Amino acid sequence: MQKGNASTFDSPRVRFVMRMPVPQFFANYLGRKLFRLLLTIQGLGAFALITLGVMIKKFGAARHVIRPLVYREISRSGVRLLPMFLFLAVTLGLLIVGQTVSWGSKFGATHTVTQYLGTIMVIGVVRELGPLIAAVLVLARIGTANVVELGTARALGEVEALEALGIDPVHYLVVPRVIGMAVGMFALTVYLIIAALASGYLWAFLQNVPLRPGDYFGQLAAALNGLDFVLLACKTVAFGFIIAIVSCYHGLAQPLRLEEVSYATVRAVAQSVIACVLIDALFIVLYLAT
Amino acid sequence: MTTAPKTSTGPAIEMCGVSVGSMRDMDFIAVEGVNWTVARGDFWIISGLQGSGKTDFLMLTGGMMAPAKGCYYSFGEEMPIFEDDRLQERLKLGFVFESGQLFNHLTVSENISLPLRYHHNLTQADTAEETQRLLELTELAPWADSTPGAMARNWQRRVGLARALMLRPEVLLLDNPLAGLDLRHRAWWLNLLEKLSRGHEWMDGRPMTLVVATNDLRAWRGEGRQFALLKDKHFTVLGGWKQVEAANDELVRELAASVPHWD
Repeated sequence: MQKGNASTFDSPRVRFVMRMPVPQFFANYLGRKLFRLLLTIQGLGAFALITLGVMIKKFGAARHVIRPLVYREISRSGVRLLPMFLFLAVTLGLLIVGQTVSWGSKFGATHTVTQYLGTIMVIGVVRELGPLIAAVLVLARIGTANVVELGTARALGEVEALEALGIDPVHYLVVPRVIGMAVGMFALTVYLIIAALASGYLWAFLQNVPLRPGDYFGQLAAALNGLDFVLLACKTVAFGFIIAIVSCYHGLAQPLRLEEVSYATVRAVAQSVIACVLIDALFIVLYLAT
Repeated sequence: MTTAPKTSTGPAIEMCGVSVGSMRDMDFIAVEGVNWTVARGDFWIISGLQGSGKTDFLMLTGGMMAPAKGCYYSFGEEMPIFEDDRLQERLKLGFVFESGQLFNHLTVSENISLPLRYHHNLTQADTAEETQRLLELTELAPWADSTPGAMARNWQRRVGLARALMLRPEVLLLDNPLAGLDLRHRAWWLNLLEKLSRGHEWMDGRPMTLVVATNDLRAWRGEGRQFALLKDKHFTVLGGWKQVEAANDELVRELAASVPHWD
């Protein structure tokens, strides 16, 4: 059991800042917002480090209990979302190809569109929209469920029960969710991208774009490089990790009453979206720098 | 699965000048200046009104939080224990929550077997025999595959007891175990706790040390039990039942008044 792992971030100082009445001066308001932001970053950072520490320290511990939980989370954050992701992938392919072809016909650039359709798909789907859409969908479907489940468990005293039994709540509740969501997010994004690229050609074919399959996939292969695969893997795993950490932090790391669970969910969604967008921006910078 | 307890020195519980914080707010002191020694095999009843700090006191005793002040030893080990290598010492203390605090996504069997599975890295099948014994001991076999939400509260609390017993603790801390129970369930609990105190076959006949927090002393009258009172942030040892009956404190007289027949 980790000392103070579940209630480190709850103190009268933090609660005071979080629940103070609305200030009268704009400067006070800004200062308070900034202070809250710093406290949130501190709390999330500490929680992420604690989780990583537990993952390393308890690697392989109680594997007959933890491993089934990890499989369950992979199924929940990955396999079960596959049908919805495939539907969205087909739609994504349609949107990008449809818009591009429509723009090309309007400006008489059909030849250019034909020449660069694969490149456009790589830039749009592989590098940006695929991972980001996957992150937002996993957040909406599983991240919110995590906050509600853990928040309710916290409010009903299940975390204290785990501690009383000598079971580390971070090991039992957080680690499987983090691993499951990181793996699930990576796998789902790969499937989403493959399906979107395939459906992109289908829509191009249906719109009578003069492009042979071999040329289209040749364009895709030419536009992709090794760095794309590395960054895609890192980005999707980072998205999964961040969403799991933020949702578990808001559900678990501070004492909650049942009526506070909905507010915690809203905070978790907002902070997860912001964190994912910031990570995405960081990866763009990395990509441009290399 | 039965493991012999490690030989440890010292009483089951020993507190000197302990101040108890609150699980909700560590800056709040719920009880202060506790000097208390519990010998092995003792049966203690801690009484007090709601809000007197009984739950926080039990949680500190169970090693879930550190004393705000003072020192606390259990079987000679300084508490609280957060280190993995000393965890077995802390698991000598079992805890039964007032509301059960069950894991609602697990079945009754899974709830009961979880601590053993986690600490000994076992599958559900490995613990089936032990779980079945506890299900029969607590008369929960018909609900083995139900989730706690499908059970009445009377029975949910028994799941909490079975889960705490799974690790065969030397000391069992019970938070208001009779609250809201009907007459038959009360009689069952009193009977089982008495057997555990004397030495139950589940514990291979070893007497279990029991500490019960309650807001009603009447059900716990009897010889061989020791009583204490939590009032106005102070912990007072009352002694045996005769001393409780002879006490001048108005609250003690209220808590011990009118003896009903539970058995």
